[in-house]
Amino acid sequence: MSNYISTSSEWTFDLIQRYDKEISMIADDFQLDTYPNQIEIISSEQMMDAYASVGMPVGYNHWSYGKQFLGVEQGYKRGQMGLAYEIVINSDPCIAYLMEENTMMMQALVIAHACYGHNSFFKGNYLFKTWTDASAIIDYLVFAKNYIAKCEEKHGVDAVEDLLDSCHAIMSYGVDRYKRPYPLSQHEEETRQQEREMYLQKQVNDLWRTIPTDVSTEKQTAAPTFPSEPQENLLYFFEKNAPLLEPWQREIVRIVRKMAQYFYPQKQTQVMNEGWATFWHYTIMNELYDRRLITEGFMLEFIQSHSGVVYQPPYNHQYYSGINPYTLGFSMMQDIRRMCQNPTAEDKKWFPDIAGSHWLQTLDFAMRNFKDESFILQFLSPKVMRDLKLFCILDDDKNPTINVSAIHDDRGYRRVREALSEQYNLSNREPNIQVYSVDVRGDRSLTLHHTQHNRMPLDDKSTDEVIKHIHRLWGFDIHLYSLDEGVRQQIFHCPNPQTDKPQIPLPTVAPHLVGP
Amino acid sequence: MSYIVDRRLNSKNKSTVNRERFLRRYRGHIKKAVSDAIDKRSITDIDSGEKISIPSKDISEPSFSHGEGGARDRVLPGNDEFVAGDKIKRPQGGAGGGGNGSGASDSGEGDDDFVFQITQEEFLDFMFEDLALPNLVKRQLAGNEEFKTHRAGVSNEGSPGQVNIVRTLRSANARRIALTGKKRKALRLLEAKLADITPPKDDLEAADRVKLQAQITELKAKIKRVPWLDDFDLKYNLQVKYPVPHSRAVMFCVMDVSGSMDQATKDVAKRFFLLLFLFLQRNYEKTEVVFIRHHTSAKEVDEQEFFYSRETGGTIVSSALKLMDHIIKDRYPPGEWNIYGAQASDGDNWNDDSHQCYQLLTENIMPAVQYFSYIEITPRDRQALWHAYEKVAERFPEAFALRHLMSVADIYPVFRDLFKKQAA
Repeated sequence: MSNYISTSSEWTFDLIQRYDKEISMIADDFQLDTYPNQIEIISSEQMMDAYASVGMPVGYNHWSYGKQFLGVEQGYKRGQMGLAYEIVINSDPCIAYLMEENTMMMQALVIAHACYGHNSFFKGNYLFKTWTDASAIIDYLVFAKNYIAKCEEKHGVDAVEDLLDSCHAIMSYGVDRYKRPYPLSQHEEETRQQEREMYLQKQVNDLWRTIPTDVSTEKQTAAPTFPSEPQENLLYFFEKNAPLLEPWQREIVRIVRKMAQYFYPQKQTQVMNEGWATFWHYTIMNELYDRRLITEGFMLEFIQSHSGVVYQPPYNHQYYSGINPYTLGFSMMQDIRRMCQNPTAEDKKWFPDIAGSHWLQTLDFAMRNFKDESFILQFLSPKVMRDLKLFCILDDDKNPTINVSAIHDDRGYRRVREALSEQYNLSNREPNIQVYSVDVRGDRSLTLHHTQHNRMPLDDKSTDEVIKHIHRLWGFDIHLYSLDEGVRQQIFHCPNPQTDKPQIPLPTVAPHLVGP
Repeated sequence: MSYIVDRRLNSKNKSTVNRERFLRRYRGHIKKAVSDAIDKRSITDIDSGEKISIPSKDISEPSFSHGEGGARDRVLPGNDEFVAGDKIKRPQGGAGGGGNGSGASDSGEGDDDFVFQITQEEFLDFMFEDLALPNLVKRQLAGNEEFKTHRAGVSNEGSPGQVNIVRTLRSANARRIALTGKKRKALRLLEAKLADITPPKDDLEAADRVKLQAQITELKAKIKRVPWLDDFDLKYNLQVKYPVPHSRAVMFCVMDVSGSMDQATKDVAKRFFLLLFLFLQRNYEKTEVVFIRHHTSAKEVDEQEFFYSRETGGTIVSSALKLMDHIIKDRYPPGEWNIYGAQASDGDNWNDDSHQCYQLLTENIMPAVQYFSYIEITPRDRQALWHAYEKVAERFPEAFALRHLMSVADIYPVFRDLFKKQAA
């Protein structure tokens, strides 16, 4: 007698429900703590739409999303690429999209992967807990969409589009790294927005006050620079301080900043998040098989698709495009479980506090308290390095050759691990650029500093483009200095005194000056 | 507990707006691609979508990124030959690192073109953008052809199918009230009297009662005799027919098929006709095409024969114009049709025929047509026919145009030039 849930590869809503029930029972047994799930079945066209709007169910309109859509559509229609089997949104309830083209096996896999793997990660990981508010995100997106649509009606599509272009260009520089942002519902958001508009404008006006002040106080106030400390959140800085922005423009800057903030944890936990979800779909599917709920054929189909997901092409392979986060994350999670259950002498030496501990608790701890960078530094074991044959090269422009600095051997483990961890350090991957000073009493020009990491310079072309956008937001001259140990290595200006004629790209807005 | 929602029937075109925004932003690029495409395309599929490609660098979204140089550590998987301390020669092209095929360059700028598809509708939009039909568009009432009906109140006559029940019953009710009013008033009086003497006190009253009762019965019968529904109660919904004005166009394609026209020249002519046809089709609900081909004599033919059959012989252009004039008078009264003429030829004509063409055009054809364009496809010098047509153009500068074509590549520019939107 068999108690298989299904034997055919066709799915039905009934079957999905039953699989979900079984999987949720298994997840319970493994103590996965999740938001409630909302599983949505969609068609491939809808999946393409979801792709183009960074996976979100609602979003404001912008040409770049259209570009992405066209790209996906073209690739998919010509068979050059497949679509992801699922998209999952960090919201409460957690929304997961399943494609109708999937087989029953894929649907079950996706449910295990997204609805229990990613979902529990979203709920448990400290970064998501600190930086995102799962229950408010959909409300905020609706607010943002409506607000931007209203601005388009009022101020024209072009003006809004230009502004969004500029904000998108520095979107990575719109995150607060050390403060918890505030969760607000859509209604609160709207009322606050109006108060904010008025208050902000007053502040700005004050900063740019041109009324002559008493000479004696002038002397004292001229000394401190503005801002008093370098600012790394450029969008926030412009939102609060850019002299020429209208209130609605400030609000749009804010919306883009919020979006950047929302996606910030995802950027920092790619390996962990995917590794966690992959580990759980693997574990859950095996458990389903052990409980004799799925057939061998089902299992074979699963293993085939799973091994496709965790395939890592070697560095010299034609399809190599960096380290596959699924592979790395999955291998590490599996390895942690192995170390807990069957520790070797090596494990005991390297991870004395993990080896032999309870695997569920250890994994749960790892999932909750780390991001990619620290997770790798903490948990990457020699065995995984050997399995993946990781090696580290140093590409220094001072050397004539590229040097292999460490490989997966006793001497190299620590070096490789540190280097890999660094590779996932966001602040090394993105150039470190901060607002340094504003010439408040002079020409109002803004000075940015780029602090070089390992002497890596800024890319000339893209930097020129980006500071044009910054110029548009700020409205006055922009200077960008790239510093290595305090010495200026590169200098960028906008408008460029050599090539550009003097111009102001935002002539539609007049400076807000306080009357007497 | 999970909720499972079937969203497949929800709208799937959420990205339409964003897609439009993208097309709008890169209008210039797309337009150029479209106009290139028209020249390259085979004749038969000019009416379909198109693949557009834009250099990626033009549409990239910039962001701060690292350039080449400096020192960087990279961890790579799949070590197969290296030990610590190995030195690898730097690959050409800078800081690529130990691997090959790292397609994603740091600057985020690939050199590939961004390729996407636009639909037929969009293709035609771009193709005919900024073009307008020159002057005078007739929207003639086309007498007996198409009608629409709409409700126009209520009438006393009509077919049973159109009975308006509410109005009918209302008028029946009104009639009944009007016809029985007096009788009902009398009835009420009688009934009141009857009530007074009920029960009867004496014989006299009893006799009155019988009399009253008889009167009441008679009145009631009278009231009842008023019919519930009468013929003139019937009301019908009135449907009024009105003619639908619609614009229609007929296009005359006139082509020289004499011995001097080779297949290549005909090809050019055909593309021109096609463009014109597509353009008219987008502007009028109904477009008819008349094909006239001629050598020394003219003949109305079907499309296939027009473009592909071979003929030889001399050329008498006026024969075609005569036939055109005849067909206009016969089938397309200028009052009802927007008539467009397009003529293609290599410029050859029987010498003393050109003057006759001039006369036919100026006196018969030009007053009837909306627009007449003549294209001459020849690498040689212009001949008598061109000069005669030049004179026509002088007399009808608004409605007559002539252009000279050398090759396929000239078609679209010339076409755009002919139908350029006139500055108001």
